[in-house]
Amino acid sequence: MKLEHLNQAYGERAVLRDFSLELPDSGTVCLFGPSGCGKTTLLNCLAGILTPQGGTITGLSGKRISYVFQESRLLPWATVLENVELVLPPNHTQTALEWISRAGLLPYAGQYPRKLSGGQRQRVSFARALAYGGDVLLLDEPFHALDRAAAQEMSALLQQSFPESLKILVTHSREEAERLSDRIYFLEGPPLRVVSCREQTAR
Amino acid sequence: MSRGAIGRAARVLGVAAFWLAVWQLLYQSVGQEILLVSPAQTLSRVFELSCRADFWVSAGGSLYNVAAGFVCASLLGVVLGALCCRFRFLYQLIYPLLSAVKATPVASFIILALVWLQSVRVPAFIAGLIVLPIVFGNVCQGAAAADRELLEMARVFRLGRWKTLRYIYLPTVAPYLAAAFTTGMGLAWKAGVSAEVLANVRSSIGGRIYGAKIYLDTADLFAWTAVVVVLSVALERLLLACFRRIPWGEGKP
Repeated sequence: MKLEHLNQAYGERAVLRDFSLELPDSGTVCLFGPSGCGKTTLLNCLAGILTPQGGTITGLSGKRISYVFQESRLLPWATVLENVELVLPPNHTQTALEWISRAGLLPYAGQYPRKLSGGQRQRVSFARALAYGGDVLLLDEPFHALDRAAAQEMSALLQQSFPESLKILVTHSREEAERLSDRIYFLEGPPLRVVSCREQTAR
Repeated sequence: MSRGAIGRAARVLGVAAFWLAVWQLLYQSVGQEILLVSPAQTLSRVFELSCRADFWVSAGGSLYNVAAGFVCASLLGVVLGALCCRFRFLYQLIYPLLSAVKATPVASFIILALVWLQSVRVPAFIAGLIVLPIVFGNVCQGAAAADRELLEMARVFRLGRWKTLRYIYLPTVAPYLAAAFTTGMGLAWKAGVSAEVLANVRSSIGGRIYGAKIYLDTADLFAWTAVVVVLSVALERLLLACFRRIPWGEGKP
């Protein structure tokens, strides 16, 4: 996947300016950088939420993209099960329940999000993204609402799931970046730029 | 019955008793039945009227007029609102017209409608005309309030139009629609009965009110007004009860 000369600005503030990056087809790539440097904007461009004002993204057409957002983005009026089922084709309740179970939330399948803690909501968000599957999984600070144990549980689930897909993890935690990624891009901005890149050969 | 429910019922009865007492005191201080009748006289007149077949024909006629206008306008308002959310230019085209309709005095429309239509059709038309901008406006407002982040989620997970409508737009619009229906129902009765009075529609509450005015029958006027209030509140409650049975927002905080 190639990102070439991307440009994106919010008013006068350029978040992406002539930004280019090449990404592998599989494995876990980490975009590591401080908050507000433009990582989420980049993910939103990849997810199709934002159409960059300039530049091109190649190698993404026809690919299925899944996303664990920074905020859980669950439907408040739907149960945990309905939230996960929502992204699946009809009559896939069993699949939804399996992913809810793997996220450790089976007893809460019938609960509404407002009855759950922030961490539990984020687990539902994980279950939804993993149930949807896809060729590219975007993860925007996915562990920020989780305690240490839950974060480890979710990262283990993430590592076991879809080994053939590309996972793009955005984080500002060096420990998470080093533990989970095959390649780390160190970023700065705005405007976003790659400072350095490190292959995690030891993993 | 729980203690809370008993408390609520007691409060409602207390408020009703207070206003009935105020009405009774006013009646006694005015002392002229041509100006103001007592609550007991009104109730007794309602009872007398309700024993006659033409009472039910008139009440049914008005119910039909208001309900027909309300239902047609609500359907049109929802469809127009949905289309305007989808096509911005349509909103820009329709919004000024409906704003003008909202701001125009009902009496002007009633007189115009009397020129354009058969007088029996005027009340339903007027009731609908009053309800349409309210439903339309609230549908547009509700759709605009849909959570941007949820819409982005829908886009990423390729939920499609139907699921996005069913799971994001409808639960967001539902409270706005409920508010439009409750406001619209009250206004539809007001405007519909006013149109019946001005059009002097036979077999309608408005027609009866017109008759009461001609014969200076204040007891009849109060009785029919009470019937309108009861019918309006009953229909509003019924509508809200039906609305609540639709499971589109039960988990909403």
